[in-house]
Amino acid sequence: MSGGRNEVRVANEPTMNSSDARALVLRRIQAAKGAAPEATVIEREWCAIERNYQRTATRGREAVLELLEDRLRDYDAHVMRVRPNEVAATVAMMLRERGKQRVVIPAGLTADWLPEGFEFVVDHGASAVELDGFDGVVTGATVAIAETGSIVLQDVPGQGRRAVTLVPDYHLCLVRVEDVVETVPEAMDRLRATATLPTTFFSGPSATADIEMTRIKGVHGPRFLDVILVG
Amino acid sequence: MSAKLHVLDPTTSPSFPVAAKTMLGNTQLRKNVRHATEVIQNKRARVVSELPDWQQLREAGRQIRTHTMANLDFYLEEFERNCTKAGGVVHWARDAAEAKQIVTALVKASGSDEVIKVKSMTTEEIHLNHALEAAGIRAYETDLAELILQLGHDMPSHIVVPALHKNRQQIREIFQREMNLPELGERPQDLADAARRFLREKFLRVKTAVSGANFLIAETGGVCIIESEGNGRMCVTLPETLITIAGIDKVLPRFQDLEVMLQLIPRSATGERMNPYNSIWTGVHEGDGPRTFHVVLMDNARTEVLADEEGRQTLNCVRCGACQNACPVYRQTGGLAYGSVYAGPIGAILTPQLQQMHHAQSLPYASSLCGACYEVCPVKINIPEVLIHLRHKVVEQKDTLDAEALAMKAMGLIFRSERRFRAAQRLGRIAEAPLVRKDGQGSGWIDRLPGILGGWTQVRDLQQMPKETFREWWEKRGSRGK
Repeated sequence: MSGGRNEVRVANEPTMNSSDARALVLRRIQAAKGAAPEATVIEREWCAIERNYQRTATRGREAVLELLEDRLRDYDAHVMRVRPNEVAATVAMMLRERGKQRVVIPAGLTADWLPEGFEFVVDHGASAVELDGFDGVVTGATVAIAETGSIVLQDVPGQGRRAVTLVPDYHLCLVRVEDVVETVPEAMDRLRATATLPTTFFSGPSATADIEMTRIKGVHGPRFLDVILVG
Repeated sequence: MSAKLHVLDPTTSPSFPVAAKTMLGNTQLRKNVRHATEVIQNKRARVVSELPDWQQLREAGRQIRTHTMANLDFYLEEFERNCTKAGGVVHWARDAAEAKQIVTALVKASGSDEVIKVKSMTTEEIHLNHALEAAGIRAYETDLAELILQLGHDMPSHIVVPALHKNRQQIREIFQREMNLPELGERPQDLADAARRFLREKFLRVKTAVSGANFLIAETGGVCIIESEGNGRMCVTLPETLITIAGIDKVLPRFQDLEVMLQLIPRSATGERMNPYNSIWTGVHEGDGPRTFHVVLMDNARTEVLADEEGRQTLNCVRCGACQNACPVYRQTGGLAYGSVYAGPIGAILTPQLQQMHHAQSLPYASSLCGACYEVCPVKINIPEVLIHLRHKVVEQKDTLDAEALAMKAMGLIFRSERRFRAAQRLGRIAEAPLVRKDGQGSGWIDRLPGILGGWTQVRDLQQMPKETFREWWEKRGSRGK
């Protein structure tokens, strides 16, 4: 048996410090299973993968939104659903409830969403230490998944670079109801066109179960999360 | 840092039966392991039962991974092309030594003598921290469990929850000592808060990070990391330089394939509908995240596994740890007995293959073949089938003069001839006589066999051979004319 395995080793493998590890690893792969066929054949094989799982919504719209609210509350987030003209007042209420005053926001966040009476600072590449000094962050979202209670952020206007939603300890996230889907596959469909943007899925505040499997909320990411569903 | 080496190295670890015996004597460890695996198993069962299409998802997962391995060279090159186009730098490493050399050189080139690390089994596999330490680079583990192990000079015993063999009192002692916090409480919340404060300063200060990867997306050149605490986000977002090291098996054909993996992994690994954070990034992105990004693609005997058609499915593993929680052997011994960072059923097939069957030959036997691992595997790796295949390989490797091999050969000769078989039965009855003890009901039992046969009677008694065989009885009956 070991003799058979050794044949996989390509003859005259160069010793360390060769820069040709790439060629060698690829040769080993091809020796192990034969060279890959042409791209068109591979594409056909990929398309033939059976995907008999649920790829579309099964619930009505209202039920999907209710499911998302339930899932988010499971994660101890405060959730409110409001009409577009009530957003600013709701943001004010939530920030007051949490005792947040000085809040960082990404460039491009809808101005109508921001109430008077708070200090909103637009992020222009603040350092991590500066971000650490804010009370919280307010952003929009790209898509939300009801079944898993997940919200997806990308580096676009209104959501900003990843550090902005990571370092502050409180995140207030505004999600338009038209951006809420039921299943993970629906979300991935919507994200495909912008798949190369920095992307973060978050499902509740950061958590760990490393100590005796006890779920503890809030380790390094924001420890407190609130969500406003708009529409 | 401790000067002493604390590593799980299959080339130097004792065999599983020896290590397991020690672990079985540690009642605290067994209690901790039993509690943790039970909690995850129950959570997993609950969230898996929510999905009516779970079996269809598993089948899709299996097909995606099998398709990937069949076209591994194609997808790795596609990943390399797209990652490079997006500003990443791709390196290739034949083995652990080369991977460590590359990472060490990249850290030095970044101008830092410290790194923050995301939990990564691949870096555990190659003992990267020791290589960094030897080169004067200080590595900070940032996952809570990894931090516990690093500060406690301990070793990982589970793929997903590597410190599950430690309870809160043990963790408090480590943190009190290593973080100099004599007043620290023992509630899990106190301990997590202490870790948050300890690491926050590192996240904000250290300029170079090392991570593993859950998936390398060939279609986009992107990398995906699945995590809970946010330490992963910190490490892949805040530093100036990010070095990701991944086995060549981590490639995923297309972005869409994540729709399967992101449903299978969280439910299997931690029993959550979705883990708190998934990060996906592609090369370098102006104004968001590190300015320099390296990926090291490491073989380290994965191509050896690929070359074995029956063992190949081992590479489909997505490191969720579900098989460990389900395994009746792992649940008794814990992970350290396996002598490898990959413990439990998946470790029993992965470790010996990554060692090219030169070490860890006892691991394919560390199973009762009950099949619980196969049932929970999110990508349907038939672990029992591979275990049997590897046992076959271990036997093939053995010297033909080995006592067991000789005994099996003799058995073969006996079974081939009726005359020899009958003679052996008669001989057996004579030979066993001095070993037989009668019980209260008058039945004869053997509780200790001599020599290598002793293994059989170590944990069970053997009943005495009957005075008459069925054939003898049948022949007597025939001669009486019935």
